[in-house]
Amino acid sequence: MIVLNKAPYEQKATREAFGDEIEELGKENKDIMVVDADIGGSCKTTKFMNAVPKQHVNVGIAEQNAAGMAAGLSTTGKIPFVSTYAVFGSLRMAEQVRQEVCYPNLNVKIACSHGGLTPANDGGSHQAIEDMGVYRTIPNMRVIMGADYNATRKLVRQAAEIYGPVYLRFTRDKVPVIYDENEEFEIGKAKQLKEGNDVAIIANGDTVCLALEAAEILESKGVSVKLLDMHTIKPIDHEAIIECTKIGKIVTVEDHNILNGLGSAVSDVVAEEGNTRVRRIGVQDRFGESAPYEKLLEINGITVENIVNTAEELL
Amino acid sequence: MSNITVEELKEKAIQLRQTAVTMVYHAQSGHPGGSLSAADFVTALYFREMNVNPEDPEWADRDRFVLSKGHVAPIQYAALAHRGFVPMETVKTLREYKSPFQGHPDSKKCPGIDISTGSLGQGLSCAVGMALAGKLDKKDYRVFAVIGDGEAQEGQIWEAAQSAVKYKLDNLIVFLDDNGLQIDGPTDEIMPNLDLEKKFEAFGFTTKRIDGHSMEEILETLDEVKNVKDGKPKCIVCNTIKGKGVSFMENVVGWHGKAPNEEEYEKAMEELARGLNA
Ligand SMILES: Cc1ncc(C[n+]2csc(CCOP(=O)(O)OP(=O)(O)O)c2C)c(N)n1
Repeated sequence: MIVLNKAPYEQKATREAFGDEIEELGKENKDIMVVDADIGGSCKTTKFMNAVPKQHVNVGIAEQNAAGMAAGLSTTGKIPFVSTYAVFGSLRMAEQVRQEVCYPNLNVKIACSHGGLTPANDGGSHQAIEDMGVYRTIPNMRVIMGADYNATRKLVRQAAEIYGPVYLRFTRDKVPVIYDENEEFEIGKAKQLKEGNDVAIIANGDTVCLALEAAEILESKGVSVKLLDMHTIKPIDHEAIIECTKIGKIVTVEDHNILNGLGSAVSDVVAEEGNTRVRRIGVQDRFGESAPYEKLLEINGITVENIVNTAEELL
Repeated sequence: MSNITVEELKEKAIQLRQTAVTMVYHAQSGHPGGSLSAADFVTALYFREMNVNPEDPEWADRDRFVLSKGHVAPIQYAALAHRGFVPMETVKTLREYKSPFQGHPDSKKCPGIDISTGSLGQGLSCAVGMALAGKLDKKDYRVFAVIGDGEAQEGQIWEAAQSAVKYKLDNLIVFLDDNGLQIDGPTDEIMPNLDLEKKFEAFGFTTKRIDGHSMEEILETLDEVKNVKDGKPKCIVCNTIKGKGVSFMENVVGWHGKAPNEEEYEKAMEELARGLNA
């Protein structure tokens, strides 16, 4: 049985989870490396750098070089984590990662803070709304976003333990710590938070806490909700989605463009396998802008209220 | 604006610094350090050199300005506000919902922004494209680009540089804000640039290293290079101090992207005002 914390939740940014876990990993295994690109402080790798300086590289403001160097480092058995913001880690270095990491199937991890709308007041230039979609289309890549601090620590550790390219995405902002620290996570396997049979809600990353709240409101209205945390959108958990198609109604929620993220990944499975209606909540294929994070979520309908209403419309 | 005096320009530079710091203070976020290091040449460009028209920001023959190191938007916004491109009140809306003053320059939202920037290393290529278009269209406008020394670590800067030389873009003038710091530390430690003046020279630019806080030198250098039709792009490498004008921000890495609190803000404004009355 899954153990969830109770509200009021502790609040922590998931980039902190990366910083804490990578420091542990670095101390345990001298092959673990971090390749920074001048934003180590912000991406929380400073503790790693101080703990294991020989395993740390900073290439300056040169993300494409960071990706290529990581590929080279990995060829002798090292396990480099390239650390930058999601917008640069997905788009700026996309071709280097495709060509030199994914094509030769090397053991490089791309670990990025500032995922989704969380770099809110920096504006649209810095909000990564396409990153998971970019990497979802590249063969050999795995694409992951943990829902909270505890989930993210476990997923970072697993990413280090499995062989091959992984893209990990973290929040800049604090999100509620919903999972107990002893919860286990498996890359590629959805986490079921609630069992139900009227409607399924599938969320990931910083929207899982919103989906959880929405599910509780729906339950209080007598609606039985199945709730999944789909932290890995590639490889996607087919089986878990097939189970949802038995209900026939799915709402997906993500802090990402509704094109080619979680909603699309779920729809891909449903289109081939199930007779099911899917409603996708997420960034409405529009660039962001400077505003508080909550305002940006609201503009895009990524809210508890909209999840509840959307689920009710499907019933 | 060419009849403005050097003394007036120096005052203007201080006012722009005050406005930039005020913006970051109000927003409680933004980048003061690199805004302050760039303040003097940005002032010289907007208040003496550039042919721009606040009444008609998209005037086809205007000089172009590309802030390739887009995070220092506050200093460009300060110039735009003082030049009348936007109302002065806009200063209090930095990084707010619906503000023309987005976290990074946004040409869709703010008059006077010639192209959106914010991802380092890309703006110079756009400036090269604008300068090439000027040549193709036989226009007299010039293109001014501002890049950071940390930014010069991006490979694309050098791809842009070689293109500017190939296409003989003597209508392109690059200001390189060589303040010696980036985010994670001093540029010499994070990724040494060696001598950026020599690098641009080796690429085929006409280069000159100047004191980027001397208004006299900035103006002299502009006068020297701006009308030289020798087929070579120009790069003015400016020795600057990150945080210049606010003692506790000067040369301190931590002020790259941090907002002052109330006490710090008052101290900053007071110090800058002293410069005005000097
Ligand atoms: C491609 C890219 N990588 C990283 C960043 C994050 N970033 C913003 S400012 C900055 C440091 C810039 O240093 P420099 O160019 O020297 O500017 P200055 O010191 O004048 O502020 C970095 C790494 C970015 N905006 N774009």
